[in-house]
Amino acid sequence: MAEPLLTIENLRTYFRTPAGVARAVDGLSLSVHAGQTVGLVGESGCGKSVSALAILRLIAPPGRIEPGSSIRFEGRDLMALAERDMRRIRGNRIAMIFQEPMTALNPVFTVGDQVAEVARIHDGASRADAWRRAVEMLDRVGMPAPDERAREYPHQMSGGMRQRVMIAMALVMKPALLIADEPTTALDVTIQAQILELLADLQRESGMSILLITHDFGVVAETASRVAVMYGGEVVEEAPVKELFAHAHHPYTRGLLAAVPRLGAGRARLRTIPGSVPAPTAWPAGCRFRDRCASAWDRCEREHPAFYQAGTDHHSRCHLVEEPDRRVGDEAAAPTVDVHA
Amino acid sequence: MSTERPRGLAGSLGALPQGARVALIVLAVLALGALLAPLLTPYEPYQQLGIVHLKSLPPSWTHPFGTDRYSRDVYTRILFAARVSLSIATLAVLVSSTIGLAYGAVSGFVGGWVDAVMMRLLDALLSVPRVLMLIAVLALWSPVPVWALVLLIGLTGWFEVARIVRGQALGLREREFVVAARALGARRTRIIWRHVIPNVLSPVLVAGALAIGGVVILEAGLSYLGIGVQEPMASWGTMFHDATTQFVGTWWAVIFPGAAIVATVLAFNTVGDALRDRLDPHQLPGRPAPADAPPAPPVSILPQEPVHG
Repeated sequence: MAEPLLTIENLRTYFRTPAGVARAVDGLSLSVHAGQTVGLVGESGCGKSVSALAILRLIAPPGRIEPGSSIRFEGRDLMALAERDMRRIRGNRIAMIFQEPMTALNPVFTVGDQVAEVARIHDGASRADAWRRAVEMLDRVGMPAPDERAREYPHQMSGGMRQRVMIAMALVMKPALLIADEPTTALDVTIQAQILELLADLQRESGMSILLITHDFGVVAETASRVAVMYGGEVVEEAPVKELFAHAHHPYTRGLLAAVPRLGAGRARLRTIPGSVPAPTAWPAGCRFRDRCASAWDRCEREHPAFYQAGTDHHSRCHLVEEPDRRVGDEAAAPTVDVHA
Repeated sequence: MSTERPRGLAGSLGALPQGARVALIVLAVLALGALLAPLLTPYEPYQQLGIVHLKSLPPSWTHPFGTDRYSRDVYTRILFAARVSLSIATLAVLVSSTIGLAYGAVSGFVGGWVDAVMMRLLDALLSVPRVLMLIAVLALWSPVPVWALVLLIGLTGWFEVARIVRGQALGLREREFVVAARALGARRTRIIWRHVIPNVLSPVLVAGALAIGGVVILEAGLSYLGIGVQEPMASWGTMFHDATTQFVGTWWAVIFPGAAIVATVLAFNTVGDALRDRLDPHQLPGRPAPADAPPAPPVSILPQEPVHG
């Protein structure tokens, strides 16, 4: 296979706080190929959003991307770029959309103005030219009557429309990679489906890659071709989406899948993973998931698991790959849980 | 999500409480009086109408506010002094707001050691009383031209504004649209210009409105001390300065400029307070909740039925 568009290796982002060093992202490795959609899944606080900001080198003090982290994009080492070269990448080759389309737009400018700004930043486009491109972009993202709505302010729009504006801003420069951080979490389910469909359409047209950050396996199943599951600041399992859903290996992934409510089988109690993500200031030694894992044994305490090969094109950071008999059969391989009959 | 539009400036003015509307009318009258001064009086402000028989006259139909000891018409001088006092106040506040806005925005947005240094410098400047600073300079620079007076008052008045703006900018830095702007490749100057400054204008406007009253008093005080606006140019303060020596004999030459000062200051403060209440609904009880708060449960005047099942 050709070199991936984006390769992250051993990304570590630490925040030095009075409470200690918070290792928000701690050894993340991930790659995204051209035209591919990769889902990055995990609970709140597992480091997903920090990873996204780190790719764009937007970590503000007291946070810092630790030396030794490597981010390669289009054959270039982003960690080695000067700030001004990095600025040429942001919004131009890599763009990002955010979870809250209300707060991610500036309340004092019209949406057209904000979309137009991107072309002015990167192409030095004239006011008129940038505006024309903004209206065109708003049209592309399915904004009805774009030349009128471009003159509206964010508060005059619904959440779905605002998210379309964000997408328009992100895609003005036709980036090679779009990082979508929980793009649909704040939206109604029907709007959510429309936005995901729009992203898929735009991807088909432009061939861009998408790194989709979410906690929602449903969203991943609909859009991604590969999934990386994140826990404790690192990827614990990675596989093509079908493989992952069919043969989840890591106990954490299985737990997550079991916690997805499903229609159509019995009236069982919705399953949850006991406990919560440990504080990033104090990951347990060995396997970071062991405190919440039914199968954990003494090796998990001693030894931080490697990213074992768990199948064709399927990796899992769990000692169960080497000692499968130790699995405690609590979480089923195929999720069987449901809320209502 | 909310369909309610955030209140813009025009909306705020329209919805001001009664007192503030009266204050706005007072300000409008004063401003019009200043602008149209030559049309509103038959006399000249420096004209000595008759140094023997027309000096120190009490209010009458021909001289509604009387004449001063140099036989100048007090009403005429108040109108022309309004030009001087009001323009010094507004221009000085414009200067101080601009400096404070720029200083605070940079300090708060850039943060880190830049912020620390800029804030310590501000602390140092704040530790010297403003009047003392002004008196020190003006005592050495006399007579001081009006433009210099504006600059000096402006240059000593931006500290509070800078603090306010810096606090707001610190908050804005974490706002998602600022992060989004950085993610789109905007440079820092552009972010400060487009995303920080427009979003801190409301508090600056309020602080400015409140500051104008203070500057009117400050200018009057300096002029009263004889180190502000220089004779024969009339400001409300110099009129005071002129007349207080003979307060008992010619009370009208003191009371009327004094009343102009009081009216102006009260009006600006009232408008400033009302603007603040309008733009910052969190400060007052009984204001509508912010847009993202859950709606209050509907209140019913009907007797409540117990809820079954």
